[in-house]
Amino acid sequence: MSIIIKNLSKRFGDFCAVDRVTMEVPHGALVALLGPSGSGKSTILRLIAGLEQPDEGEVFLTGEEATGLPARKRGVGFVFQHYALFKHMTVSENIAFGLEVRKVPKAEIKKRVQAMLDLIQLDSFSHHYPSQLSGGQRQRVALARALCPEPRVLLLDEPFGSLDAKVRYELRSWLRRLHDTVHVTSLFVTHDQDEAMSIADRVVLIHKGRLEQEGTPRELLEEPATPFVRDFLGMPPLDEPHW
Amino acid sequence: MPEASVPSYGAWHFGPDRWRHRTVTAATLAWFAVLTLVPVGALAKAALMGGWAPFRALAASPDARHAFILTILATAASVLLNGVFGLVLAVLLARYEFPGKAILDALLDMPFAISPVVAGFMLLLLLGPKGLLGHFFEAAGVHVVFAIPGIILATLFVSLPFVVREVVPVLKEVGLEQEEAAQTLGAGPWTTFRRVTFPAIRWGLAYGVSLTAARALGEFGAVLVVSGNIIGRTQTTTLFINQEFADFHFEGAYCAALVLALASMLLLLGMEAAKRFAKGTS
Amino acid sequence: MPLGTRSKRRPPLPLLGVGVGYVAILVVLPILVLVADGLKLGLTAFFKALTAPEALYALRLTLVLAVFIAAVDAVTGTVTAYVLARYRFPGKSLVNAMVDLPVAIPTVVTGLMLVALYGPASLAGQFLGRHGLQVIFAKPGIILALLYVTFPFVVRSVQPVVQELSRDQEEAAETLGASRWVTFKRVILPALRPALLAGTTLSFSRALGEFGSVVIVAGNIPMKTQVAPVYIYGEIESYDPAGAISVSVVLLLASLLAIFALRRFKRSGSSDA
Repeated sequence: MSIIIKNLSKRFGDFCAVDRVTMEVPHGALVALLGPSGSGKSTILRLIAGLEQPDEGEVFLTGEEATGLPARKRGVGFVFQHYALFKHMTVSENIAFGLEVRKVPKAEIKKRVQAMLDLIQLDSFSHHYPSQLSGGQRQRVALARALCPEPRVLLLDEPFGSLDAKVRYELRSWLRRLHDTVHVTSLFVTHDQDEAMSIADRVVLIHKGRLEQEGTPRELLEEPATPFVRDFLGMPPLDEPHW
Repeated sequence: MPEASVPSYGAWHFGPDRWRHRTVTAATLAWFAVLTLVPVGALAKAALMGGWAPFRALAASPDARHAFILTILATAASVLLNGVFGLVLAVLLARYEFPGKAILDALLDMPFAISPVVAGFMLLLLLGPKGLLGHFFEAAGVHVVFAIPGIILATLFVSLPFVVREVVPVLKEVGLEQEEAAQTLGAGPWTTFRRVTFPAIRWGLAYGVSLTAARALGEFGAVLVVSGNIIGRTQTTTLFINQEFADFHFEGAYCAALVLALASMLLLLGMEAAKRFAKGTS
Repeated sequence: MPLGTRSKRRPPLPLLGVGVGYVAILVVLPILVLVADGLKLGLTAFFKALTAPEALYALRLTLVLAVFIAAVDAVTGTVTAYVLARYRFPGKSLVNAMVDLPVAIPTVVTGLMLVALYGPASLAGQFLGRHGLQVIFAKPGIILALLYVTFPFVVRSVQPVVQELSRDQEEAAETLGASRWVTFKRVILPALRPALLAGTTLSFSRALGEFGSVVIVAGNIPMKTQVAPVYIYGEIESYDPAGAISVSVVLLLASLLAIFALRRFKRSGSSDA
């Protein structure tokens, strides 16, 4: 198991954003954290990344306890909804950042950045600045930046949320193909059930801070556990007549 | 929804980061206190050491009273004239293009950048009895330097940029569309300004005006040079304080200074309120 | 994006006349007169007055102090701006309001506050005096006065930029393994550079020309604590136009340079928005 969270809880004042969530993400899988806006899924992701500290519960990454560690020591790759690219650095410099921080030798950095650029097919844009790229290109750079230091886990927070519909659709399949190439354990947050069901190996459905159901897309569709799951996945409710 | 609006200081309030956070905050607050609050406290203590007697003496002194009146006069004139002309200049800079616009913009930074003594000196050269404009006034028997008009002009100079600088960005942000809508509805330029533009820039203007007043209240160097520092005749409050200090009348100096300090702090609170309202309406 | 500018729209003539006329009389004319009187002195008399020992000392002292003050302000101002923009603590809005105090308060009052605090009659002054450190009527006093009056400039210049900077970039750097210091140095600071330079320039020009507080705190001891503006005032009082004019022209040129630099920094700041 690459990611294990046990009884994770987080409150903001009186509001309980995450309520005793326990779940596991298998090694090498692409898993979707699905749920409506405000359901707590982004908070769960940020707790796993170490960008928030839980009030209760534990986080384990590839078998080691990560609960006490700050974000920079967890070895997670994180992709933000609004890319968070470093505006004053070029594409190459952005991608290289994680390696530079780890004091990797320059020649090695150059090699690995080049490999990344090839992977995301943006080689000719290596000296461009984020402001010169389209939204879809920026998100690919953000992904490359997160992947370059070879994190043990990749976390994506609504990665396609700020892109228009067509680009979103294209990038979604691109992400799946990328995952099949790179095989890093990935957890992505989305409110788009279409997106989750079409590319994820497993789906975790979150509602009001609690885990509603967890399983493969097929399992969720064939055996929805609660009325909320039926409703969210667009199935007619059980007790309503069909005519 | 709390999820979107929660500030994420979470990671930095943890472990070793928490102590760094606390140390930096404490150091900043300490630097700030030493630099800002402690001196004001010391002034208050020095001024109030003799009880209320020095204040009463101040109120009774004709020189002090004259100084306060001059300060109020100069401040009022600056607020009025720089307010009106500042608005004119702001509209010119924010809404129009014309040759020399960049130079005008740069010139408005001059009163910020130049030493008040040099400003006063320039005005002395211009308006003194032998100056370019000065000798006209002399011939007409009007005293500009070493007299009240000179004081007002010096105060106008140093407090010139504030209203313009605060109103220009607000005007730019408000944009043309509302004004154009008013025009399509039949409003003339003055009506448009009065009923559409002005209400939108109100708080930016208020902020600029309070900055102007604070600057005018506190002006020293330029007025010192232009006024000739004639006791009881051309001394503003700041000049009066300097005189008292030079004459070793420390109590008088501290008391008058405390009065000005309180007036400035009141203006400061007004400034902050205007700033907050300005942000709220944008 | 600035919404309010029409391209190539000419202002109505009366409006332009009023605005330009006001600035011409109040700002342009005085500057022209100073420059003209400077030229009237003739080159030899000008440089003779400028190279008088007191004049040179005053100019050098002023320049060195201004550079030092600007450098200190750059550091303290940035840290303060960052703390105000990012951290939460009790009393924050009061502290934020008080940052403007040194700009709102009259300069002579600042001078008096420092005398009340560090003068020979005060606790601090007596304590320091016993250890041989004189603050009032000595250089440390000038430094304190200048630090006080220039404090807000860098803070206010940098603060909005820090606030605008989305926390996303800092968090991204964090997930990539950067420590707080590396994040600050490589992500935040480069984004702050134009605002920092602009604020430092403002600080520098203010320090160059400060008069009221320095006159009270440091007195007027030629060759010891006499800064350029105080020297000019001395020359005016003793009816020595050459001395006053020459040093004034130098300060005027410094101001023009500062304005030029400031506009460059502000422009480069807004171009990568």
